[in-house]
Amino acid sequence: MEGPKIYGELFGLPITQTLVNTWIIMAMILVVCAILTKNMQKRPGKAQVIAETIVTVMDGLVGQTMGKDKMKFAPWMLALIMFLAFANTSGIYGLRSPTADLNCTVGLALMTFFMTQFYGLKSKGLGGFLKGFLEPMPFLLPINIIGEFANPVSLSFRLFGNMLGGGIIMALLYSALAGLYFFPVLIPVPFHFYFDIFSGLLQSFIFTMLSMVFISGAMD
Amino acid sequence: MIGDANIVDFLLQFLGQFDGIDVIRAFSAIGAGTAMIAGVGPGIGQGFAAGKGAEAVGIRPGAQSDVIRTMLLGAAVAETTGIYGLIVALILLFANPFM
Repeated sequence: MEGPKIYGELFGLPITQTLVNTWIIMAMILVVCAILTKNMQKRPGKAQVIAETIVTVMDGLVGQTMGKDKMKFAPWMLALIMFLAFANTSGIYGLRSPTADLNCTVGLALMTFFMTQFYGLKSKGLGGFLKGFLEPMPFLLPINIIGEFANPVSLSFRLFGNMLGGGIIMALLYSALAGLYFFPVLIPVPFHFYFDIFSGLLQSFIFTMLSMVFISGAMD
Repeated sequence: MIGDANIVDFLLQFLGQFDGIDVIRAFSAIGAGTAMIAGVGPGIGQGFAAGKGAEAVGIRPGAQSDVIRTMLLGAAVAETTGIYGLIVALILLFANPFM
């Protein structure tokens, strides 16, 4: 599996394949949302039922994981899991997955990191926030600070490693299949199912769940 | 019967007949393979989590969705060290700092 290609430059910043694929996925999500929420009525049609189910399930998950008082995070978490679900499964329709690039996953993990710090500071106040670093013992301060910075690192590397590892195994499989004599048409199907669909959806769920756990853990 | 010093001398002499960059390449590949031994730990950890999850579902089948969610979360956290090993192997193979 090659690294992301560079298509051009804009104001001195490279336009990579990751960026272009992210735009394509954003457009796909917008189209899906527009189709599902078109012509909304009090008695829902088929598309509206799907949209309402997605929102209800995510609301339930956020309420169960973060607590009923933090329901304001539900839209952000739904947006995050939608983007990740589309981005991680983009290998099945031939796009290079944007999350197989460390730049993308570090960006997402930094958003979670800054939200964790900001909402922790906001809900505990400055004194409580700083006191949290001295627990359970004051001399553990450096370990607490390192642990705080280890969260975004492990979040981003987990997603990146899973997606890139799956992509590399798929690329190896395809290069091995190219040397076969018979027609290798159905062999990649179970591998695509595992590495793209199952692993991708599982990793997007895990990323979102861990974001929820970190943010709600920092707040109370 | 050759002593330890003789083996080291022999090895250095043997490696000395190759180009330096080739030796670095070969040892990077060995290092990448060795780094993936890190996959043992997460395997044990995730298996333990899955076993305990199956046990919990057996005891309380009503709480299956909660158990599965907690299990997946724990398995993902246990996977982190294995992913670090994978990153080290990938760096050694594709973005080698020594070459």
